[in-house]
Order: sequence, then structure tokens, then C-alpha cells
Amino acid sequence: MANAVLEIARQSATRGGITGALAPQDDFQLVKLIDVSKCIGCKACQSACLEWNDLREPVGINVGVYDNPHDLTENSWTLMRFTEWDNPQTGRLEWLIRKDGCMHCADPGCLKACPAPGAIVQYTNGIVDFQKDHCIGCGYCIKGCPFNIPRISKATEKAYKCTLCVDRVAVGQGPACAKACPTKAISFGTETQMKQLAASRITDLKSRGYQNAGLYDPPGVGGTHVMYVLHHNDQPQLYAGLPKDARISPVVEVWKGMTKYAGLAVMGLAAAVGLIHHTVVGANRVTEHDEVEGEKIKEGKA
Amino acid sequence: MSHPSMNHPSEAQVEKHAVSRYSGGARLNHWITAVTLILLAISGLSLFTPSLFWLTGLFGGGALTREIHPWLGVLLFFSFMGLFLRFWKLNLWNRDDTAWMKNIDAVAKGDEEKLPEVGKYNAGQKLVFWGMSLSIIALITSGIVIWDKYFYQFTTIDQKRWAVLIHAVAAVGAITIWIVHVYAAIWVRGTIRAMTQGSVTAGWAYRHHRKWLRQEARKPEAPRPAQPAE
Amino acid sequence: MTNSWTDINNTDLVIIMGGNAAEAHPCGFKWVTEAKANRGAKLIVVDPRYTRSAAVADYYAPIRQGTDIAFLLGVINYLIKNDKVQWEYAKNFTSAAFIVKEGFGYQDGLFTGYDEAKRDYDRSSWDYEYDEQGFVKVDMTLQHPRCVWNLLKAHVAQYTPELVERICGTPKDAFLTVAKMISETAAPDKAMTSMYALGWTQHSKGSQNIRCMAMLQLILGNIGVAGGGMNALRGHSNIQGLTDIGLMSNLIPGYLTLANERETTLDTYMSTRGFKPTRPGQMSYWQNYRKFFVSFQKMMWGDAARADNEWGFNYLPKLDVPSYDILRAFDMMHQGQMNGYFCQGFNPLLSFPNKNKIKAALGKLNFLVVMDPLQTETARFWENHGEFNPSDPAKIQTEVIELPTTSFAEDEGATVNSGRWLQWHWAGGDAPGEARPDIWIMAQIHRRLRALYEKEGGVYPDGILNLAWNYKDKEEPTAAELARELNGYVLEDVLDPADPSKKLLEKGKQVATFGVLRDDGTTACANWIYAGCWTEAGNMMARRDNKDPSGLGIHQNWSFAWPANRRVLYNRANADLSGKPWDPKRALIAWDGAKWSGPDIPDIAPTAKPETVMPFIMTDEGVGRLFVRRMMKDGPFPVHYEPFESPVANVVAPKIRGNPAARVFKGDMEQFGTSSEFPFAAVTYRLTEHFHYWTKHNRVNAMLQPEFFVEISEELAKERGIQKGGWVRVDSARGYVKAKAVVTKRIKPLICDGKTVHIVGIPIHWGFMGAAKKGFGANTLTPFVGDANIETPEYKAFLVDIRPDAGPAVS
Repeated sequence: MANAVLEIARQSATRGGITGALAPQDDFQLVKLIDVSKCIGCKACQSACLEWNDLREPVGINVGVYDNPHDLTENSWTLMRFTEWDNPQTGRLEWLIRKDGCMHCADPGCLKACPAPGAIVQYTNGIVDFQKDHCIGCGYCIKGCPFNIPRISKATEKAYKCTLCVDRVAVGQGPACAKACPTKAISFGTETQMKQLAASRITDLKSRGYQNAGLYDPPGVGGTHVMYVLHHNDQPQLYAGLPKDARISPVVEVWKGMTKYAGLAVMGLAAAVGLIHHTVVGANRVTEHDEVEGEKIKEGKA
Repeated sequence: MSHPSMNHPSEAQVEKHAVSRYSGGARLNHWITAVTLILLAISGLSLFTPSLFWLTGLFGGGALTREIHPWLGVLLFFSFMGLFLRFWKLNLWNRDDTAWMKNIDAVAKGDEEKLPEVGKYNAGQKLVFWGMSLSIIALITSGIVIWDKYFYQFTTIDQKRWAVLIHAVAAVGAITIWIVHVYAAIWVRGTIRAMTQGSVTAGWAYRHHRKWLRQEARKPEAPRPAQPAE
Repeated sequence: MTNSWTDINNTDLVIIMGGNAAEAHPCGFKWVTEAKANRGAKLIVVDPRYTRSAAVADYYAPIRQGTDIAFLLGVINYLIKNDKVQWEYAKNFTSAAFIVKEGFGYQDGLFTGYDEAKRDYDRSSWDYEYDEQGFVKVDMTLQHPRCVWNLLKAHVAQYTPELVERICGTPKDAFLTVAKMISETAAPDKAMTSMYALGWTQHSKGSQNIRCMAMLQLILGNIGVAGGGMNALRGHSNIQGLTDIGLMSNLIPGYLTLANERETTLDTYMSTRGFKPTRPGQMSYWQNYRKFFVSFQKMMWGDAARADNEWGFNYLPKLDVPSYDILRAFDMMHQGQMNGYFCQGFNPLLSFPNKNKIKAALGKLNFLVVMDPLQTETARFWENHGEFNPSDPAKIQTEVIELPTTSFAEDEGATVNSGRWLQWHWAGGDAPGEARPDIWIMAQIHRRLRALYEKEGGVYPDGILNLAWNYKDKEEPTAAELARELNGYVLEDVLDPADPSKKLLEKGKQVATFGVLRDDGTTACANWIYAGCWTEAGNMMARRDNKDPSGLGIHQNWSFAWPANRRVLYNRANADLSGKPWDPKRALIAWDGAKWSGPDIPDIAPTAKPETVMPFIMTDEGVGRLFVRRMMKDGPFPVHYEPFESPVANVVAPKIRGNPAARVFKGDMEQFGTSSEFPFAAVTYRLTEHFHYWTKHNRVNAMLQPEFFVEISEELAKERGIQKGGWVRVDSARGYVKAKAVVTKRIKPLICDGKTVHIVGIPIHWGFMGAAKKGFGANTLTPFVGDANIETPEYKAFLVDIRPDAGPAVS
């Protein structure tokens, strides 16, 4: 990692970023490539994540599956998800094991949804990170995220997710999970390097009969900085519900887009109409005549 | 709200021609609702659009705003429920309301002689009442769905996404209705005292709610506005 | 391992059978994914369960546990039938052409010489035919009806794909797919590597499982080549070191063996060791046995080991039984014949079979000393933990002494990995509390025992009183001092007989190689195979140069690999009879007309002529043995025997239960269950989230796999009304456990001999100590019987019943 400097490109609830809109650097986009076809589900990445970030889960229970904990939590920023799939084409079982965690979208739904300025930042290298000092714990990032990643801590009432080990990256190291992965299922490097690596893996997988092997880098979120090599890229949903056409929910887009502007407009308009009306028509005042007539009725004379 | 007149109007303030419109309880109920609604609007808007995020400062920061807002919502809901129970019958729609609505241009001009005689509430007020009622039901329902601290596990994320959208739209509706409501109260002079002092002048009642005035007049004794007006 | 972890990168085909490398050896498994990614290598997994290894395999075939020999003999049969043999290799480098003497035979699952009462063989008929000079007769045309090849051909003929399916439950087409993939590596320039572990060893015929694959690999010409070999994946970071150092009751370091009680002199002891070549011109390296043994004695007893006392031969204990393996030790304890037990780095209560028997045995001891960095279940065997370990401490009189030790990360030394690499490590931190290094504790025990013997005398205290103790701090030898002893050094100058002005060896110097060790008392060496690990050049184990000029993963300057820094054993076999490598791109060594050379250290005398000296210099034949004379207790060829507890009868030999030559103690046979009572075939195994019984003490590991569970198929769950994630009770003839149920597609019922066989998978990691949820030891269920040759317990195949349960009673 030659470029160890972190510069913020974008941040939540702030127009143009704090330093005046540093554009993401096209020539130094960092990517973590997860080759699902090489993953043995050993959970070394989970362990490394817990150790590096000094996080602990309570010791849970077994609920009949290998996935432990059973979901991402504020302390488990990555999780192996195991899926047993009978491939109808080959008639053979496949055990699909996907390391789940933040995808570091180029167009991050969390950042878009976040109302707190600077609580979510995107660095010029593509890493999307939560800044807990600015986080207000509203959970809007959860709604914005197309991958169901952020989790709010009950204890601190703040949102947490994978940082892509931005603290390690900042000093020229790769993420802890990539470091710990024994089978090189997790690689880390520039986008160009990782796409080249992925291409060679896809060629290998195709030679082994996985005709639909491919790179999962969903364009719906502008691509991601965590990419998967999948044996069945035509059916990403097989891998514990990885969304097929990942994009920020249109509901969120409407909420954070049209509703925001239209809403302000409607309210402003109402106030303006009132003002204009008052100016044009003037106050609606009670006349002396009204008082007299009113009094009559009141006194029972009318 | 702390005006002494609300609960114990002094002799000097009770005008000779005053017609009692709101009891002390109704006025208290209204002002709780009003204040809550304003606080909700401010805190809600602060989280709705980044350009207003600075408003969270009024509540001690973003995290506290996020914490307080739903509780205010609960307060508003129950407070408004009080108003609703008090007034819902008076806000039932009738034929006169339709006629009133048909002559809305006359309303806008303040030319009320062209309108049918109005009871305690005119069609506009009724629309405000029902509009606010619906908005608040939408707000409390969607608000609970997105109140993650206590209710996260009961809905899907997609349901929550719809809930934030509905919440935002309903809030815009509620605030807009509120603007109309406030404007009307200002434009129609002599209105605000109904909620501050509890009474209006006979002239005001004659001009704007003549039917209601007649009804009031037919009542055997309406001494002091200590009982609910209805 | 014959090869090394890094060598797996050179392979064309990986077969994982009898192990689950991705699960139990995830770091080493990286070389499988590397070979796949870099070379397009293929991976086959054969296992009762669709494992984590299978998840990334090119082909998975199911097999019933305990039937690997039938499968592998089936593959050998396939190779012979389809002429998929590396002929030049098989003819010249194996015993295929050797003629077996008349009188040897095999029928109905038994070889000649069986004594049912003793459960043992008279193995005298298991031998070759010799000529007048004592050399084995051979028929290089392989026409002789009693040549090994023809005997083998006849022996495997019955293992047809149909029979394999009947025994193993492996569908015929799956078996044939695997056999075909394997057969392609018979090409001289193709290599297959076999990665196995306890899935093969933990059977009553474990040694034969491994032997069977070794034979297969010899036929394919895959031993001694880059990317080939028999690669045992060791289950602990230093279990290879444990066996190298000889921490078995019948071994001394370097795979030398203890004398038995009939071998009362050094000469009688040597008469059955140090084999002469049984073929002309061969090199039988064990002829140097005496040099290694005398050097060992000199290191142990220094000046007290002299020629006139047979180098202190009698200071060593002698065995009255073949071995005091753990099963025998605990059986003796159970019978009240063993009263004290030192338990160092072991957790027998959870790791040895039949937990209830182990617990009862520990309760009969006078004292138990536990040396461990953790509070083990063994140290707390007496403590009541409700249903997980019901106990009444008042009734147990065993005095338990816990001596906390440092962990591997808190002290210095070498660990030996599966690839025989001695890798030095340094302390990463200080030990907590009163924990002390094992070396200090052992030294203190020795010092105090010695003082007692000195003061009070005793029956033959000489071995202890004369023990050499040449350490700077007599209270605590250092790891470096011990390592230097393991390497060995020169005690006296040795002059060159040709030129007495030259010293061959100089007193006080570290030896450079075991080649210079002598049997005249001038050299001392604690472990001949480690010679070269700490030479005059320094600590070779601490080397960390990862350059790999050949690109073959040899890394000659990274640590030290025994023997002689050789990375691939038998590497002479990577070249044809003339010494030309089968695959020039993967040449480890080659003959240049005068000598052997290449990126690896030749496993043969550098000037040994290729057409004369055969590659397997550790055998007296010089070749790989397809037929073992007398060295295996249970037969010169592997035979399919069912586990002692099997869901079906042995279709090859219906009258035989289990391995007929496996030792069974009195009382244990009665505790074997039958399939009528316990209908399901169980297997125990590790999970990658845990390391044995250690990591449940660690919060992170406990989080990743918190609670004891068993795995069953959807079909069995349905049949028994078991819910995913619900509690079940699993019973064997020896006890029961309660666990959560993982209901999975990864286990499927097998059809064996027409019968549906359900498999119950039982991970081992939970106990009643540590951070994870309390659990029952899987060993509560397992039978108290071991492999016929080395007594590794049969943890991998036994019978259980399973039904839904309400869960353990809250204690």
C-alpha cells in the first residue's frame, strides 16, 4: 500500500465533503476480493476481525447450523454464512460459504441515508467508514444499506460495521481478515490488481465446469470495494441471499431524494401562500355589525 | 400557556359579550399538543434533511434528538387522542360543509355572507382535524416501526424503509396542515383568544360560526365557560 | 510426511481421504488451494461427510467410515485391470518382482499362521524366497506365480467396483470417477499427493489404511517425487517432534526401539536391528543402527557409557510387553496395577476412549500429576459438574497435583511440523502466575529424585545417578543446550586413518551430519535424525530465508528438515532407473553421470550408481514394499476388516469381527455394541474453530463454535423425529452424551450391502472446563480398542443410537 494517506471524498449529510469534494481517485481504488471458491469457512477472518478490533461476543448457543454468531452484530463485523445447496444441474451437493460483511459500495446507501454530518465517510480510496463520534444511532444506515450490514449497539447506541481495517490500511497494511485467511480466499489490493486476479480465478473455475463463474461487483451501487468471485455469479442469491441486482432501495431513494425536496417545497409553499393571501386579502376582521348581530343572537333577540 | 386566564379567568378578562368556546381542559390539551407538535416538527426536520441538522442543537445534539423525538411522538399521540375524543363528533362532515367547500373562493376572500351558516367548525377546520388525525396515525404507526431501540426485531428492513418514507410524507402533511391551521388562526382575527382565554366575541361567533352561536344561545344557561363547550 | 507442506503446491492431484485438511489443517491446506490456482491441480475428497475440504473439491465421493481399505484395494484392482501402472517404477523400485516363499497363503480374511486364542499370527510364513547368498529371489518378468505382484493381483481381484459399493456404500460411478482420476497419475510425469490424518490412523486397522495408500502410490510411481508422497498431517504443532524424540513407551529417539526383556545384551539387541541388505548392491541404512544407538547412549550417560558396560545398555529399561501404550496404561490403572500417573500436555479424560473407564481408572490412582498450561478436565476429573461429569469427590482418594506450565508461546524451542521441519521459535511473552517451563519442572523432578537415590540408594539406581547432566544451570537446562545435544557433538578427536595428521572429527565440535556418528564412543548424539539441526554454523532451525530458487517449495535455507535437511524423502525415486527425472520441470535431484545433485538433498549416497542402488534405502530390500514380511502384525497385505462395532457384517470374511490381530482387553469386548442395539455408524472429528480441548478456554474460539453438537442427515432426523437445533441423546454401549442436533444435507445415508446405514458425526471439542458451553466428551462413546500395530484408538468407527431429548439436567 504505497498510498497510506486517507483523504475523505464524501461524508454523510454534507454537501460536497468537508475539504471541498475530493473526487475518488480512479487510480487508487482499494478492493478486497473474496474468492468464495477458495473459502473453506474456517472463520479465521472472523477471529482476526474480533482480535484486531478487540471485539467480543457473548458465548452463544448452537441452533443447528455452523454460523456463529447467527447474524452480524455490533461486535461481529464479518460472518461466515453457510449454505447447503443441491445443484439441480449436476445433482451434486455444494456447500457455499460466503464471508459476509460491508461491501464498501462506491455509492453507499448508508452514507446517503445518514442524517448526521460526518457520521459516515467515504475515503478517496473507496473505504466507507462510520465515525462513531458523529453517529447519532438513528439506524437510517440500516435502511439505506442494500446488503443488510450495519448494526446498532444496544450499549453505545451507535452503528457499527466493517471498517475495511482503515486503521491498518492507513499505515500500509491489508485488512486483518485478509492477513489471517489461510487459503488466500481473501486478497487485498488495487481495483486493477484485484480484477486481474479475479479474471484468472474465473478462468480457472470455468475450466472446472463452473460456466457461470464471475465477479460480483454490482453496478447498481456503482460497484463495490469488496468483491466476490462466485462459482454461480448468475445466482448470487444462493450465497445466503446475496442480492442479485443490488441497489439502494428505491424507497430510500425516494425518501432521501424527492421526498426531501418536495416536502420542503410543500411546507414552504404553504407558508408562502399564507403570506401572499394575507397580503392580498388582508386580515379577516370582525366588524361592529357582526358584534351587534352576534350580541342579538346571544341575548336571544334574533 | 402559563397565562393565568386559562384556568381561572379573572373578572376583568371576562368580557360582557364573550361566548365561551373552549374549556380550560380543552385548551390545556390543545397547547400540549401544539408544543409537542412543534418540537416534533423541529426535531423531525433536523433528522429529515441535513440542511436542518443544526436544529438538533436545540435538543442537546443528534443522539439526544434521536432519543427524544419518538417519546415526543408518543406524547403527541396521546395528547392528540384527547383532542380527538373531545372533538370528533363536531367534525363529522355534513351537507353544509360540502356547500362551504364549493364556495372556497368566497372563503378565501373572507366573504362569508355567501356561505351557509357554520356550526362550531367549518369545513376547512374539519379538514384540518381529519388531516391531522390521519397524519398522526400514520406517524405513530410508522414511527414505531422505525423506533429501532425497542421495535427493531418486529419488522423487516424493507418494511422499515417504507416506514421512513411514510413517516416523512406524513410529517410533511402534518406540518403543512399545521401551517394552514396556524395561518387560519392568524388571518381570522379574534380566533387565537379562543385557545388562550377560552372564549370568543359574539361578533366573531356571528361572523364565522353563526349556527354555533345560535345553538349556544338556545342553551338554557351558559354562565361561565367552565364546562366543555359542547 | 514424505514430502512437505510447500511441496503440495507441485501436485497434479490431491486426494484427501482419512483426513479433512481444510478443517483440521487450514493453514497447510493453503497449498492445496495454491496448487489448484497455480497448476490447475484437482482435489478429490473421500469421506463419510461432505466436509469443509469437500466444499472446495473438484470431486467428492462418500464412503462409510472404516472401509477405506476396501476402497483402496478396489482402486489398486482398477489400476491393475486397466494397466494404469507406472511400470518402470513399480518393477524396479518396489518389491513387485520379489518371490514369496511357499507356504504363505490367505483365505477368508486370514493369512497363514493365525492363532485365534492369542488373536495373533505366527508370521514365519510371511517371507521371501532367498538364494544361497541370502538374497531374495526375484522374477523381473513378473511371471512367477508367487512373485509379490501376482499375489497382490490375486489378493485385490475380489475388490471390484461392485464389491466396493457393497462394502463402502460409495456409488459405483463415484468410485469409478475417483479411480479414473487417480489412475491418470500413473503417467510418469504426473503426481498425486495423499493427505491423510487421524481419519486413517484412528481405526483398529489404522496402519494398514495408510499402508494401503502407500502401496497405491508406489504402483503409481508417486513416492519420492515432487507433488507426490504419503503426507500425514500431524494433529499438533509438534506431534511429529514427539514421535521423532521417541515419546512412546517402546521407542528411544530417532525411531530406535527399546530392548525387550529377552534382549539382555547389546549383541542380542543388535541382532534384530541393523538389517543387512536383502538384495545385492543395496544400501540398507539401518546398518548404521549401532552408531546411532551408541551415540545416543554417550549423550545420555557420557563417561559412564563405556565399551566395557555395553555403552550403558542396561541403564535403559526393557519392555516386558510390546508397549505401554495409553490403552494398556489406562487398562492397568483401571485394574489397580498402576498407581501414579504423570500427565504432561495431555488431557486423557477427554482424549482417551471410553471416558467412564478413564475416569474410573484415574479414581484408582494414588496420585496424579498434571502438567499443563490450562486447567484440564483430567485435573478436575473428580469434580462434580452435574450431568457433564457426575462425581462424588468424597469417594475419590486420588491426590491431584497441578503443575502449571508455560504454553508454546511463552517459551523457546523448536516445533517439528508435519513436513519434518524443525522450526525454532522464541518466547512471545511471559508466563502468568506460577507457570514454569516444562524443562524446569522435569529438571527439578530429576534433581530431587537423584538426590533421593543418592541418599537412600535403591535397586539399580545407576541409570539415574550416572545420567549426564552437563548444563550451565543444573536446575534449568536451556532449550538451546538440549537442542545442541539432539544434534550431537564430538567427544574425542578422530584422526584420518589415511593421514593421521588430519583430524576427521575435532573434539568439542557439533557434528554436521549423522553420517559422521560412530559406534566407538567418540561421538554423542541424542537423536541421529536431528543431526544437522545445530551445527558449528549455529542454530539451523532458526533460519528464516524463504528464497526458493527452484520454485519447487524446497526452501533449503528455511529452518531445518530432518534428515539432513532433506525436503522430500526417497527423492531418488523422482528419476528413472538411469537417473533421469520423470518430469524435468519438477526435478528434485538427477544423476549427472557421476553423482546425484539438484535442489533437494539426495536421499541416497551422492555417488550411488542409479542402476545398482535402489531408492528406498531405509528398507533392507532397497525398494518400496508391496508385501511386508513380518513387520505388520495383521498381515503382509491389507485386508478389509470391519470396525469392531459395525452396522454390517464383513462381506469379505463374515466370521471375523474387527481386526483379528488387534488387541482387546478383558472386559472391553463385552463393551462392544451391536447394530441391533446401536444401529447407527458414528465418527468423531475435529472442527476448524477449535483445537482439541484447548481453545474452548479461549473466548473467541468459544464464540465461533460455542456448543457441543452432533451432525446427522435430514433422513435420520426425520426417522427419529429430531429437530434442527434441538437436543438429542446419543448412546453407545459405553455411555451417552447429550448434544444439539445439526441436521445437514452434508451427511447422507449410505446403502451398504443392501442396508441403509445412517451416519452420526460427533465433534470432539467440548468438556466441562473453559469458556465454551459445557459439553459431554465425545470419548464417552468410543470403544476401548486400538490399531493392531500401534494401538491408536478406534475413534473413527463405532455404533450409537440417537433420539430426541430434553437436554442436560441443570446442575
